[in-house]
Amino acid sequence: MARPLNIVHAADTPLALVLRRWRVYALFSVGFGALVVAIILGVAVGAIAIPPIAVIELVISRLFALPRPAIYPDTFDTILFQIRLPRVALTALIGAALAASGSTYQGLFRNPLADPYLVGVASGAGLGATLAMAFNLHTTPLGLNAVPVAAFVGAVGTVSLVVLSAQVGRTTPVSTMLLAGVAIGAFATALTTFLMLRSPDGLRRAFNWMLGGYNGGGWAPFFVVLPYLVVGLIVLQLNARALNVLQLDEEQARQLGLHVERLKITLVTASTLITAAAVAFGGLVGFVGLVVPHMLRLLGAHDYRHLIPLSALGGAAFLIFADLLARTLLAPTELPVGVVTALIGAPFFVILLRRLKRSVF
Amino acid sequence: MATLTIAHLFAGYNSRAVLHDVSLTLNAGEVVALVGPNGAGKSTLIRAVSGVVAASRGEVMLDGVNVLQASPVERAKTIAVVPQMIHLPEAFTVGEIVLMGRTPHLPFWAGESKHDCEVAWSAMKRTQIESLVERRVSDLSGGEQQRVVIARALAQEPKALLFDEPTAHLDLKYQIDVLELARSLAKEGGLAILMTMHDLNQAAVYADRVALMQNGEIVAQGSAREVFTAEQLSSVYDVRVAVSEHPAHGTPLIAPIANGQ
Repeated sequence: MARPLNIVHAADTPLALVLRRWRVYALFSVGFGALVVAIILGVAVGAIAIPPIAVIELVISRLFALPRPAIYPDTFDTILFQIRLPRVALTALIGAALAASGSTYQGLFRNPLADPYLVGVASGAGLGATLAMAFNLHTTPLGLNAVPVAAFVGAVGTVSLVVLSAQVGRTTPVSTMLLAGVAIGAFATALTTFLMLRSPDGLRRAFNWMLGGYNGGGWAPFFVVLPYLVVGLIVLQLNARALNVLQLDEEQARQLGLHVERLKITLVTASTLITAAAVAFGGLVGFVGLVVPHMLRLLGAHDYRHLIPLSALGGAAFLIFADLLARTLLAPTELPVGVVTALIGAPFFVILLRRLKRSVF
Repeated sequence: MATLTIAHLFAGYNSRAVLHDVSLTLNAGEVVALVGPNGAGKSTLIRAVSGVVAASRGEVMLDGVNVLQASPVERAKTIAVVPQMIHLPEAFTVGEIVLMGRTPHLPFWAGESKHDCEVAWSAMKRTQIESLVERRVSDLSGGEQQRVVIARALAQEPKALLFDEPTAHLDLKYQIDVLELARSLAKEGGLAILMTMHDLNQAAVYADRVALMQNGEIVAQGSAREVFTAEQLSSVYDVRVAVSEHPAHGTPLIAPIANGQ
């Protein structure tokens, strides 16, 4: 009987024992634990420190509609539920989106250097956001801020253009997709630069968005990004075993009965939607999509059925920690979170690579 | 009897025609060797039958179904390929690679069932790689990797198995091992086996029939004794050869003759 959602059957045949990897279960536990710790620290630390125990008690009492513990001041509630928790929750979604789509792209392009921005998401989002600022758009009909909406539209539009122009007959070779991504990305970036230079005020605002994303807005951004991430992750997870088979090479995958072209388009679509939603609010945060999946591969997660959800967990925890450092290192000045991810991510990554020399990809 | 019938097949790459009117029949339990010079179209024939190169005309019938018109999934349930250049993702284990052979039998979103594990395990037993199950494929020798790929092909539960130069890059021991294995898969497992080969002497010993290709056409087929004549081989390969008799098997033994001798 087929098992839903790619869950491996744990019957006691020798092969099933191979698939039942305790290491992977351990990684899931550690990843989940790291995420919980990251969330608690992320909301506890700040200009006004809230003790972690207070965070836990206040959240639990709110979640289960219990009487509020009276020993804590009311300001804790405001800081917790209206400022820090929405920010931490959105950061978690952005980290999860970037790491999950990064691991997918590395598999799809069979290239360890692939990151979520490979086929035009970044340059497209940048162009969209800059256009919105250059034309002084503030809100869209649905009441959302125009900048993230324009960034999302720009990202999705650019990737669509890349995929369409990379088509050769009825196929979309990944090498052509890469090259089209570079060319169209360069074009969009040039347009963005041109627009920025024409409006000095737009320049500063566009840079702010690229480095740090769009801040504020309470819970609204979280609830906008959430459905994209949930649906995208489910689609990626359902196609994760096929992505394993694609690691052989496209010809062997076809000979095993895989619809390779359909798989490629599905994976690019799902990854693009979750990345675009994340970038629209988070700006262009680098290194999460590269470091987190490779770290997990070095720790033994190479099966995409494990790697994709583990990347989502790890990416969420990693970005919350990075955001925490960005807020506190030079407080009250905030560093762009992308600076922190690169400053921590790059050296850590190099050390890991040097310690574990065997190929993991 | 499952029979693979290739009838009047034309195929090629981007309007460059490679195969011209190729017809060949394989019976269940039979090993057919496909020989011929480089560029004769041997690998293209394998790729056309397995559906990765589009055929412009002709048909490939297996059990009364034209597999060229079947979906990739249906085709992969009946025809499996052991490619020439074996590319395996290094981080994966032998067991995981063999289980990938179950792909055509699973909906794309589904994980492997107990039954899939059992089929893959018996394929590993058949190719004697059970002890490698937890090993990473990057740690294996070329001969072991080939057995992994053969096990993966068997896990597809195919009726026809296509080998593209199974003995390339292997030492003599592994060459004989893989040919013996292929022969026993045909004789005991009832598979129809087509393999492209460069070594004519091995083809003569291990194949029930041989087909000689030149310029995208099959110019002769039949027993090795009928096809491997000095005149025929000299004209197709453009080298002088002497044909004698294998001291142990009595099959044709082909030796090239150096120029000026």
